[in-house]
Amino acid sequence: MALSGTSPPTIRVRLFARYAELLGTEALELPAAGLATAGDVLARVRALPGGGGVGASTLLAVNLKQAGPDSRVSPGDEVAVLPPLAGG
Amino acid sequence: MLTRDPIHLEALLSRVVGPARGAVTSFAGLVRDHHEGRAVTGLEYTAYEAMAEAVCGELIAETESKWPVRVALSHRLGRLVVGDVAVAIAVAGEHRDEAFAACRHLIEELKRRVPIWKRERYDDGTEVWVDPTTQAAPVSEEREGLIPW
Repeated sequence: MALSGTSPPTIRVRLFARYAELLGTEALELPAAGLATAGDVLARVRALPGGGGVGASTLLAVNLKQAGPDSRVSPGDEVAVLPPLAGG
Repeated sequence: MLTRDPIHLEALLSRVVGPARGAVTSFAGLVRDHHEGRAVTGLEYTAYEAMAEAVCGELIAETESKWPVRVALSHRLGRLVVGDVAVAIAVAGEHRDEAFAACRHLIEELKRRVPIWKRERYDDGTEVWVDPTTQAAPVSEEREGLIPW
């Protein structure tokens, strides 16, 4: 309890397929400060080492639902940065 | 709906048939041995699994509410070889019109909305994540009509 009270609020970021390879990880915890929208999260990811190859208008999801860049995000949310889909 | 085990179309069909449903359609997508002129030896599917399961559930619900049909679908994850079933859909309805329409709707929407990705392996040992947005689009009839030669 004390630990969760003192740790800074974060937003969990999930990366997949080519984007996970570019960033070298499948999950990140970003400090939530300054991250108001899913688009803010995408911009933060694109600024990370290896993030330049992430599409500026790529698909996003917030808490398992596809979401536009203007979708609001809050600490504790899971934001997924999705490469172009290729199922089927 | 997502599985790492081989897909059996008959098992999907058995889940949708019923005495009131006289029309059954199905679609199976198999791993092809070529892609854009390159020889493919196999591929690997990966997914945002929690979201993919949720979206597949939405697709099934919306299809069954749009047409009077029962549907089932399954998508493979992991490493596959040429000829493996990657995705399968089964639809049963009273008549063929709704069974064909619902089956077509399901595969098109699955490809458009379900967060799944595939990495192709080629016979020269290289591997590439497939990006449908960068592939050459087929020439449309309208474009053919505009360019006489």
